[in-house]
Amino acid sequence: MSHVHDHDADHESVYAGLTGGDDSRWAFGTDFEDPLAGIDTTLPDGVDAAALSQYCLMLGDDALIYSHRLSQWASNAPDLEEDIALANVALDLLGQARLLLVRAAAADGDLVPALPEGSPVPDEDALAFFRDEAAFRNVRFVEPENGDFAVTMARLLVFSTFRLAVMQRLVGSHDTVLSAIAAKAVKELTYHRDYAGRWFLTLAQGTGESRRRLLAALTLVWPLYDELFRTHPVEALLAEQGVGVDPAAVADDVAVLLEQVFSVSGTDRPDVPAAGPVGTGMGRDGMHSEAMGPLLAEMQVVARAHPSGRW
Amino acid sequence: MTAASEVSREGEQALLAAFDRTIARNDRIEPRDWMPEKYRSTLVRQIAQHAHSEIIGMQPEGNWLTRVPSLRRKAILLAKVQDEAGHGLYLYSACETLGVSRRELTEKLIDGKQKYSSIFNYPTLSYADVGTIGWLVDGAAICNQVPLCRTSYGPYGRAMIRICKEESFHQRQGFELLSTMMRGTDEQRASVQESVDRFWWPALMMFGPPDAASPNTEQSMRWGIKRDTNDELRQKFVDMSVPQAAALGVTLPDPDLAWNEERGHHDFGQPDWDEFYAVVKGGGPCNAQRLAHRRRAYDEGRWVREAAAAFAAKGA
Repeated sequence: MSHVHDHDADHESVYAGLTGGDDSRWAFGTDFEDPLAGIDTTLPDGVDAAALSQYCLMLGDDALIYSHRLSQWASNAPDLEEDIALANVALDLLGQARLLLVRAAAADGDLVPALPEGSPVPDEDALAFFRDEAAFRNVRFVEPENGDFAVTMARLLVFSTFRLAVMQRLVGSHDTVLSAIAAKAVKELTYHRDYAGRWFLTLAQGTGESRRRLLAALTLVWPLYDELFRTHPVEALLAEQGVGVDPAAVADDVAVLLEQVFSVSGTDRPDVPAAGPVGTGMGRDGMHSEAMGPLLAEMQVVARAHPSGRW
Repeated sequence: MTAASEVSREGEQALLAAFDRTIARNDRIEPRDWMPEKYRSTLVRQIAQHAHSEIIGMQPEGNWLTRVPSLRRKAILLAKVQDEAGHGLYLYSACETLGVSRRELTEKLIDGKQKYSSIFNYPTLSYADVGTIGWLVDGAAICNQVPLCRTSYGPYGRAMIRICKEESFHQRQGFELLSTMMRGTDEQRASVQESVDRFWWPALMMFGPPDAASPNTEQSMRWGIKRDTNDELRQKFVDMSVPQAAALGVTLPDPDLAWNEERGHHDFGQPDWDEFYAVVKGGGPCNAQRLAHRRRAYDEGRWVREAAAAFAAKGA
């Protein structure tokens, strides 16, 4: 059946916004400079500002670097639905990273790299694009190249299960900003974990090839698993102050949840040695994997060429 | 739909008359309505080409995703590339209502049997290109696509309404990026101008060859699939872009560009149509690269799609 339709109305409404008018024609305004605008960013009493700032960098850098990796799936996924889903996950993590980097800068401005006098580069970008590798505080788990879809799903399942467990506890933080960021993150990470978990099961039980690839993927991502739960002194201090979460405290919960997925999928927790530290340092100490340097070189190249650039 | 061969000649005449009346009323044809085979195949060709353009179009912008110099812009670009995948999805779905699967269409694309917009065979060589693609390329796409919201085939027209809204937002973000860069450093302003110089003529080519050389236009207009000629749309785009270029402070690279009081439109020069045909035939800077990328992603994803199908077949 055919339906009468007000074609002209559609026609006009779409053209109307394209030309002329004032700034209000931009759908959401043009000023997104401060993602924490309107939120009280004063520090709670008795919190070590420098430690809080470092802690925000740890959680923020995990999200920033992993988001960057996942964004590399764009136009490369096995199907359009996966392209869209992976971009969603990357966008959620990028949003979390921005809020956390802004919080880090607000807690301790000394941490923000110095830029030329009068540079309009906002703090979140100074932190993302003008810090050197050793100043990044992310775990090494988020650094490796994506590998195939099985590696990506295995890594995403572990990472989102870990981060969700941390964020669920962080909702109770005495820092109202961290608490608010965590509450938002919990909703997002619940979807990420569900998405990765369903693909994990699908690949484990799909075809012989998908199962073979998934088992190989688990072995590949597992050496960096233990590092997720290693407590850095800053995390220990802030956990004590009721502001942060000690990752060691979520290790058992994460293991139980992953065990459930393994059990349903008919797979085993890999038995491979954990990747050791570099000297005594790991990602949280600024000691990274070889993948980190090229990643940062690419991510930072345009920003660093224009330290006074306006974007 | 009903295959034409299954009905008598007389019945077919009646169906054709009803179809023609629907078109004449400016009304929509829906998937279960009878339609001439040529109408169906023309739509498949046009919608598929549009869907492929969205999917191939993810590549030139995706090229800058890992190097975007601000986190806010990175989020915007990622969302935009994601939108393009979404547009591809709506359009392949619209095409499926005509009895062709996404898989068939994708295979035709990677085998080079169906085309996509030639604009994506040009490289993105600077970050400013992200803004220029939004402003000029998406701007030209909107001029092409807005009339399609009124196209005679219902599923296509409805997909286009949503796509046009998102495209107009894309165009705005491109313009806004360029206008922000133009308020930045001298190097940034030079980069914007260089990018506009490179994309202006290919953007004008997006409307297709001049009307005199456009073989499909007349039938498509008679069927209400197409609503305006290539030259009409090109004129509209130029008239729309000139004041926007002035607002940005960039120069459009056309010495013949001038307001014509008598016509009430801008006069402008002709793109290099030899270049246009060369790119259409595969000789653009990135034709081989774009198709190879799509073919690789499709091939590398095959085992995943097979796993999903096998898992679904188990009824889990």
